[in-house]
Amino acid sequence: MTAALLLTSCGEGDDTPVLTWYINPDDGGQQALAEKCTEEADGAYRIQTSLLPNDAPSQREQLARRLAAGDSSLDIMSLDPPFIPELAEAGFLAPVPDDVAERNTQDTLEGALAGATWNDELVTVPFWANTQILWYRKSVAEEAGLDMSQPVTWDEIIDAAIEQDKYLGVQGIRAESMTVWVNALIESQGESVIVDPAASAEELETNLDSEAGRNAAEILGRIGAEGLGGPGIASMDENQSMLLFQRDNGSFMVNWPFVWAATNAAAEEGSLDSSLTEDIGWAPYPQMDEDTPAAAPLGGINLGVGAESEHPDLAFQAIECIVTPENQAEYFVTNGNPPSSASAFEDPRIEEDYPMADTIREALDGAAPRPQTPFYNEISEVIQESFTPVSGVDPDSTPAEADRYITDVLRGERLL
Amino acid sequence: MSTTSESKRGSIARAKSRRARSEARLGWLLAGPAFFLMVAVTAYPIAQAVFDSMFSFRLTAPDDRAFVFLDNYILLFTDWGFWRPFLVTVFITVVTVAVELVLGFALAMVMHRALKSLRGMLRTAILVPYGIITVVSAFAWYYMFDINSGFINNWFSWVPGISAELDWFANTWTALFVIMASEIWKTTPFIALLLLAGLAQVPDELVEAAKVDGATWRQQLTRVILPNMKAAIMVAVLFRALDAFRIFDNVFIMTGGSEGTEVLALLAYRQSISRLEIGLGSAVSVVLFACVLLMCFAAIKLFKVDLASGTDASGGKKKEGGK
Repeated sequence: MTAALLLTSCGEGDDTPVLTWYINPDDGGQQALAEKCTEEADGAYRIQTSLLPNDAPSQREQLARRLAAGDSSLDIMSLDPPFIPELAEAGFLAPVPDDVAERNTQDTLEGALAGATWNDELVTVPFWANTQILWYRKSVAEEAGLDMSQPVTWDEIIDAAIEQDKYLGVQGIRAESMTVWVNALIESQGESVIVDPAASAEELETNLDSEAGRNAAEILGRIGAEGLGGPGIASMDENQSMLLFQRDNGSFMVNWPFVWAATNAAAEEGSLDSSLTEDIGWAPYPQMDEDTPAAAPLGGINLGVGAESEHPDLAFQAIECIVTPENQAEYFVTNGNPPSSASAFEDPRIEEDYPMADTIREALDGAAPRPQTPFYNEISEVIQESFTPVSGVDPDSTPAEADRYITDVLRGERLL
Repeated sequence: MSTTSESKRGSIARAKSRRARSEARLGWLLAGPAFFLMVAVTAYPIAQAVFDSMFSFRLTAPDDRAFVFLDNYILLFTDWGFWRPFLVTVFITVVTVAVELVLGFALAMVMHRALKSLRGMLRTAILVPYGIITVVSAFAWYYMFDINSGFINNWFSWVPGISAELDWFANTWTALFVIMASEIWKTTPFIALLLLAGLAQVPDELVEAAKVDGATWRQQLTRVILPNMKAAIMVAVLFRALDAFRIFDNVFIMTGGSEGTEVLALLAYRQSISRLEIGLGSAVSVVLFACVLLMCFAAIKLFKVDLASGTDASGGKKKEGGK
């Protein structure tokens, strides 16, 4: 009976080792890559995909529980960078062989590489990298007299939105996107949320209760108090803020590149005015002050191999096939997720479909990852709780409270 | 008979005890498998949770596991982060059960008095919400009230306080209102069914006699009908209260615990599942379990709820679905 089950689970009943790739939901790009690499492997292995939940924290929950239980089916995992240190520290990831690491990081963009590393060691292989840029309505920027060829500051876009009675596209929902935002605001001042990312739970300290933290809170609080995020700010996620930006009172928006493909698709379908796409421009992520370049948020997916996988060698072979620059370029064009490899950006198809590819590439070079610590989940949840609703953010108290809350939780003195 | 009366008594006693023993054995044989199965699927996980709750144990740091005895409980009871969800849970339980009891009784009366031809259809219609999976109904209610996609703000813009700019889930009281409304909508049919069974138990003669004696409608209700269906009411209240105290789905889907809407079950979920702090999460679960036990105990001992008669009368409908 067991044998019969095993045979069926292996498909045709052949001896080809099956690698299970746990993928995050996308537009079918990872499934296509799995098929392509299975074909190229010519019988050495077969990749089957298994879909993870929608949002990154739920993906982490599922993977962490399976890894802790010693599940041997976790051959390849699509991992969101902030959660990698936790899994690496626990010994849940198979070490990346030196030659694999060397071959696959030669032209990896700096931000993406940082997200794949823990304790100065590459623990996952970068697959694609994501970053936010500033999207703007050309008509609004023009009326505000902003020179968008130069980086703009948060204050400038806030003033412009107030003056013209428009909404800003920001993510005010209590979710991972809030940590993304707060982290970017602090990193854009040359500071980091965590003092020493490698610190233990008892010793970890944050930089939130600082000038940088207060400045960040000031921006959030101002947007909240002025109602610039729209009446639905408390449920504004990336998608909702895109919809807000597309309406007549849209002005500026910080968001991932998926919005370009989505807006174009909506315009083609006819659900949006086709002239809208011509009014949309893009620029680097807003700066906190005129002199410091912005550190845009870093997202993306890296590929890791479970420590209990029965075929780690084959899994790394498969990963090398998946992350080739050609495949990354293909994945960008078909699924809207930018490559982590610099050479992939040279693919001519990219320039055609994503005219802002250069802006994205440059942003990726300066992008800053979210705090890389095994306790990222706790830190993120506290930031989400403390900085929402944005209308309640007070520069004098919110960062200090969040700082105290994080240390209390990590020292086991308070519930989260 | 040559046997003495003593030995006669002795043999009767022996026979009795033999019979009693064989009956007991038969009882165990019949109920034993179910009993052991119950122990395996309930007592074991409960014992495991109690055991785990005395450890500081994070799933991603198995080597750092340490025995801390009652520290997790002390942390809980000294933290507003526990008491707040606790009070919110109690509030939701009290309000939803009270409203459901009134609505459920009204629905039961309607079903009870409805014309025979309508009765079947009416019961089916009333039962529809209860048949819907809680997560699905939570999403339906969420999208109804959601500021971006909902229609409630539009339909009810004539009500003072409701406008297109009202974000129901951005404020504790409005969010709790939607959460409780959804809970009430979904589980009132359950209470209505239990009460309907109770209504059917009230002998018609009693009501008729009261009518003949000139009792008003109100007197019939408070002096005859309600006292006669007390068991059914108490069973309905107890089951719904236990259920409401464990509320999770609606809060998880609609607010995820933000804006001060966190409840105990969600607190346990967040410690065990998202923080992977098995020890702390188990402690919250154990406290939740203790509260439920306490409610059962209070109902049975203080209010003398006769579960057996209540459930018999409800025709075995105590099983709750959809959770």
